[in-house]
Amino acid sequence: MNAIIELKDIKRDFVVGSETVHALRGVSFAIQPGEFVTIMGTSGSGKSTLLNLLGCLDTPTSGEYWLDGCSVRQMGRNDRAELRNHKIGFVFQSYNLLPKTTAIENVELPLMYNPAVSAKERERRAIEALNAVGLQDRLYHKSNQMSGGQQQRVAIARALVNNPVLILADEATGNLDTRTSFEILVLFQELHALGRTIVFVTHNPELSAYSSRTIVLKDGQVVQDTQNDRIAFAKETLESLPVTEE
Amino acid sequence: MNFTNLFRIALRALGNNKMRGFLTMLGIIIGVASVITMLAIGQGSKRSIRAQISEMGSNMIMIHPGADRRGGVRQDPAAMQSLKLEDYKAVVNETRYVAKCSPSVSSSGQAIFGANNYPTSMYGVSPDYLDIRKYVVAEGDMFGEQDIVSSAKVCVVGKTVVDNLFTNGEDPIGKVIRFGKIPFRIIGVLASKGYNTMGMDQDDLILAPYTTIQKRVLAITHLQSMFCSALSEEQTEEAEEEISSILRRNHKLRATDEDDFNIRSQQELSTMMNSTSDMMTVLLACIAGISLLVGGIGIMNIMYVSVTERTREIGLRMSIGAKGRDILAQFLIEAILISVTGGLIGVVFGIGASWMVKLFAGWPVYVEWYSVVLSFVVCTITGIFFGWYPARKASNLDPIEAIRYE
Repeated sequence: MNAIIELKDIKRDFVVGSETVHALRGVSFAIQPGEFVTIMGTSGSGKSTLLNLLGCLDTPTSGEYWLDGCSVRQMGRNDRAELRNHKIGFVFQSYNLLPKTTAIENVELPLMYNPAVSAKERERRAIEALNAVGLQDRLYHKSNQMSGGQQQRVAIARALVNNPVLILADEATGNLDTRTSFEILVLFQELHALGRTIVFVTHNPELSAYSSRTIVLKDGQVVQDTQNDRIAFAKETLESLPVTEE
Repeated sequence: MNFTNLFRIALRALGNNKMRGFLTMLGIIIGVASVITMLAIGQGSKRSIRAQISEMGSNMIMIHPGADRRGGVRQDPAAMQSLKLEDYKAVVNETRYVAKCSPSVSSSGQAIFGANNYPTSMYGVSPDYLDIRKYVVAEGDMFGEQDIVSSAKVCVVGKTVVDNLFTNGEDPIGKVIRFGKIPFRIIGVLASKGYNTMGMDQDDLILAPYTTIQKRVLAITHLQSMFCSALSEEQTEEAEEEISSILRRNHKLRATDEDDFNIRSQQELSTMMNSTSDMMTVLLACIAGISLLVGGIGIMNIMYVSVTERTREIGLRMSIGAKGRDILAQFLIEAILISVTGGLIGVVFGIGASWMVKLFAGWPVYVEWYSVVLSFVVCTITGIFFGWYPARKASNLDPIEAIRYE
C-alpha cells in the first residue's frame, strides 16, 4: 500500500539574523491511508514547521517528502498551490472563513481555483460537503451569523469539498469550548471511520486518545510514535459531559 | 486560471465592502466627469470662436495697396492708387483658387432720411461681396451687374442703418435716402449679423455698386481694396499666392522689388484665436487630469489598505490552492472594476454636467466623442496602474505568515 505521506530525514533551517535555527533536525515517518494521526509537541518543538511542510506551504532544507507519491521538495510555488488545491484540505484554529459570505460560498472556494470544476458541479459538491458536516439547514447563512462550532464545521466542509487525500487540522478545536470541541472531534472521528486520512496537530495531550496514532515532537525530532489500539469514542465523552443550562 | 471565477471572486469581495468601493469610485467619477466637462467647455468655446470667424468669412482674402517705397515722402497706404480695376479683372479671369472677388471702395458720411440722419459707411462693391462676407439679403434684392454697368444709384442697407433712419417702422424698400448729397434708392435690406468678435457692428453699413461710389461719390478710378474668397479655407494660401503673382505681373514689379500691395486672410486671425482657446482647453484638461490622478491614488490607497486588511484571507486563498497570479488577478480585477464602473458613471455625470453648464450658465459646450473615449481609457489605465502595485504585493505574500497574520 502506498503511503499518503512519506517523510525521509526532513530538515528545516531558518536563518534569523546571523544565527541558523534548526526547526526540524531529521524527521522521518510515513502515514498510511486511513490513519488518524495526532502530532503533538510543546511550542518550539517544530510542529508548526512540520505542519507547514506537510501542507506543502513550505519546502524542507533537506530530506525528501512525498505526498501521495509526488515529491514536493523541488516543486515551485505554483505547483505546490495546485497540489494543495487537489490533495489537501486545511482546517485552521481560527476557521478563516471569508467574512459576510454564505456557508456555501465559503465551501465552494477551493473549487473556484480548480478550472476543471463547473459552477453547477461546484455547488453540488459544496452542498454535499455541508450535508456531511451536518449543516444542511445553514447553506445560506453568512459566516458572521454562525457560532464558533458551526463556523468550524463550515471550515471542515471546505476542507472536504475537493475530496482531498489528506485533511490537515491545525489546533482545530483550540478556539472552541470543551463541549463544542468534542462535537468537532466526533465529526473528525466520523470522517476517519469513512476512511479519510487525518493529521491533527495540537498541543493538547488529551486529544491523542481519540486518534489512531500519536507522534510527539520535541526540539525538532520525533521522540515518540505510538499506535493507539484502544481509540476512545468522542461521542461517549460528549455524552458524559455535563449538559450546560439550555 | 478560469477568468469567470476570478471575476466572480473579485465581485464578491467588492460586494462585501460596498461603501468603501463607492467612496473610492467617487474619486474616479469626479475625475472623469470633470475631464469630460472641462474638455466640453474648451471645445465649446473653440467651436463658437470658429463659428464667429467663419461668419466673417473664414476663406476671405483682403487685398490692400501697399505703402509706397519709391523714395521721397512716403504716403499712407490708403492714399495709394496702385490697385486698379484691371487688377480686379485679372484676378477674376485668371485665378483657379479664388471663388469670388469683389472690388471695394468706401466712403463714410451721414445717411439721411427725412428728419433722421445717421453716420455710417458706404461700401462700393460687386454682388459677390455678399458671398465673401457671408451677408444675406433679408428683404428686397441685391443690385446686379446691370446696376454696376450703369452706376445706378441703388443701395442695400444694414439693419443698424434701417433702425436709425426709419424710426417709425416704415418699410425701407423703395425709399430714397441721401448719402452726402447723392440720393440712393433702397432695394434691399441685409439680414442682421450682429457684432463680430472684435466688437464691430456688422450691420452698420450701406452697400452700393462700386462704380457708383467711384464715379458719383469719390470721383476716383482706382480701387481702395479688394475682397476675395478662396474655394475653401484650406486653399486660402494657394489663392493668396496666385493673387500675389497676378498683381506683381500687372504692376510690372521686378523679382527684387517688394510687393506694392498687402494680402491678408482670416487664417492668421483664426490661428491666433484657435491657439488661445487650445491653450485654455489644455489648461482645463490639466486641472481635470490632476483630479483623475488623485482619484487613481485613492484607488491605490484603498487597495493597499484592503490588501493589509485581508492578509489572512489572502493566506487562506493561497493555502487552499490559489496561485500568486490568481491573487494578483483578483486584486487587479477589483481595481479595474472600481475604475471602469467609476469611469462609466463619470462619463454619464460628465455629459450631464456639460449639459447643465450649457443650460444654466449659457456657455457654449460641446462634448467631443474622443474626450469621452480618452477619459474612459485613461481611467481604466489608471485602475490597472494604481491597482498593480498593491495586487503585486498581495500575490507575493507568504501564505504561512499571511494565514497567521493578526
